[in-house]
Amino acid sequence: MTTARNRARRFVPLIAGLGATALLLTACSGDSGGGETTAPTDLTYLSFAENTSIQDTLTSLSTGSCSTENEALPLDITTQPQASYDQQLQLLAGQNALPVLFASGNSPQVAKDLNDGGKLVDVDAALEELDQTDAIIPAARSTIEALYGGDVYVLPTEFNVEGIWYNKQLFAENGIDEPTTWDELTDAAAKLSAAGVTAFSADGQDGWPLTRLVGNYLFRTIGPDALQKVIDGEASLTDPEYVEAAAAVADLGKAGYFGPSVGSIDYMTAVNQFLTGEAGMFYMGSWILANFNDPAQNQIGAENIGFMPFPEVEGGAGSRDQLAANVGVPLALSKASYSDDVSAWLGCFAENFGSTSLGEQGVITGFAVNEPVEDLPPLTQAVQERIDETTQSVLWFEALFNAKAATTSQTNASQLVTGAITPEKFMEMVQADLK
Amino acid sequence: MNRVLGDWRAILVLLGPALLVYTLVMLVPIFWSLGYTVFEGNPITGFEFVGLNNFATLFTDPKIADALVFTLKYAVVLTIAQVGFGYLLALIYVFWLRKASSLIRTLAFFPVVLPTVAVALLFQELFKIAPQNGLVNDLLNLVGIQSVDWFASPDTAFLVLILMDLWRSMGFYAVLLYAGLVDIPDDLFESARLDGASGWRLVRHIVIPLSLPVLLSSIIFSVNGTLKVFDSVLALTNGGPGNTTTPLTLYMYQTSFTYGEYGYGSSIALLLTIICLLVTIFIFRSSRRDLTKG
Repeated sequence: MTTARNRARRFVPLIAGLGATALLLTACSGDSGGGETTAPTDLTYLSFAENTSIQDTLTSLSTGSCSTENEALPLDITTQPQASYDQQLQLLAGQNALPVLFASGNSPQVAKDLNDGGKLVDVDAALEELDQTDAIIPAARSTIEALYGGDVYVLPTEFNVEGIWYNKQLFAENGIDEPTTWDELTDAAAKLSAAGVTAFSADGQDGWPLTRLVGNYLFRTIGPDALQKVIDGEASLTDPEYVEAAAAVADLGKAGYFGPSVGSIDYMTAVNQFLTGEAGMFYMGSWILANFNDPAQNQIGAENIGFMPFPEVEGGAGSRDQLAANVGVPLALSKASYSDDVSAWLGCFAENFGSTSLGEQGVITGFAVNEPVEDLPPLTQAVQERIDETTQSVLWFEALFNAKAATTSQTNASQLVTGAITPEKFMEMVQADLK
Repeated sequence: MNRVLGDWRAILVLLGPALLVYTLVMLVPIFWSLGYTVFEGNPITGFEFVGLNNFATLFTDPKIADALVFTLKYAVVLTIAQVGFGYLLALIYVFWLRKASSLIRTLAFFPVVLPTVAVALLFQELFKIAPQNGLVNDLLNLVGIQSVDWFASPDTAFLVLILMDLWRSMGFYAVLLYAGLVDIPDDLFESARLDGASGWRLVRHIVIPLSLPVLLSSIIFSVNGTLKVFDSVLALTNGGPGNTTTPLTLYMYQTSFTYGEYGYGSSIALLLTIICLLVTIFIFRSSRRDLTKG
């Protein structure tokens, strides 16, 4: 016993030493400063593996309009699966090794943290220096400002409006006019359901298409600042008027409008359900136009698809004119590697990205389209017109949440609509993670 | 030999490289992680010293309680199932199939070598309901039972998870326990049979006590493995529906890397380490009784 105790005593200083070293190392790690600027030799670009349109546009620019910039600073693309993207970004940021240009993360909070750490280029100032202040269209600028607390330190490589797409033929067959109020929407869903059609196609596996409905309902009842109030601490998701939104969406599930197995339906299944005429309505962003404009996927015909803004709720403070919008996968620039060559790339990017992306990928971006693009599919053209008409946009349910609350919201959404958890419990769980 | 072992320089040359590698890849990360438990933040936002706050949060976070309950439930159910079925298979190999068991052993062991993600995808296909029914729902429909959305309810999702991990692991425990059973000398069985022991009495008084060391090792392997379950849950249910199938490991991963809370994530890791240690000590202590003495 004494020998064992003596042996143990011998290890105490060693363990204490290792512990203290670990503490010191931990405290010293993760320098949050921006670090020195070092001119890069390549335009390194890191993005989600799942998003190919941005890299295709960049590649096209590197061989076309921006070939001069590309000669000085060749484009070098790397991708990372979206699920582990934030982890990769944390590691690179911790080592002061951020790529020159990169997708700013899964939630706006990641870019906010990076900017607070002094690691991002102030895009607004950089564009002003390049005399490109009009490069970002006003609607995209206001969405960015709403997302990032008034600052512009990301590039809007997409600009999507969101709303409900509907099958015109199914609506006509069932005598349904485009709903403008929530009651009309639920009536339409009831008629479709009675006709044996799934009223709403929805990706319950990922959850966010369901929570988008909760968010929109809140924007229509309380107004465009409904979720800002929650973030500012002026309101809580557990307040009755907030719980009402979750309850309204839960009621859609209770009535069976999402079909019998919404929790098991993934994104592509939901898209297919709508494009094969199995579902009457589909809440989605305008990025879905690529699928709609593809005849191989779209069996109901692009001419058969209509778009309606989220309906108004009687007596609510919001209106149908306020379309939900987002900027897709915003890109950020690392301050540590922002050199003259990068600046030249940014100038060319600002001038040409909008038209190249629209012309070659069919993706509407947040950049001004400087070269007119001919022969756009009618549906894309209609959405483009709708964007031009939009004077005020709203965000989505999780836009201002931290990563924890956003995950809780999305992973519990299918439970909300299947009745596994109550609307009160759902909002309580999300609110608890907002702290 | 004694001269070499008494020479500290020789020891240093022989052990030094391995010790250095072990220290760098095992000890430093462990203590580094331990260091994180008193900090808050991540490499993007920087770190801030918070003392014992992270440990205090462990006691107030309702998700910890949920994850702990799920982890323990999963560990208990799967340990009983995989060691129990593994032992049953081992007994069948030794006493029933005897020398003809090699094909069955290979077949039962086969799922062990398959990658977890591939097995999870296979089970997702088997139990799926949308867009089309999987094989299981088709079979249910065949006998007049409605399709079940297996991954929509916590109970059915747990059941599929247990079935998948049992199928994946029982072959390993069967082979492990088989090795322990074939080690028991034949003459012991013969003398027991001569004394009139057979069936359950033979198993109770001869087989179990003599295979106890390997049985114990299997239980410790199983408990520690199941307490640290991660990949199969991530691939099959991703912790859902909601967070009803989220074990401590997955919650630790989400906390550290998805939510960017390295310090709190490390505290969860420490909690899991302590639980593994306590359970192992408990199993060791409870096994001290000599079963051959009734």
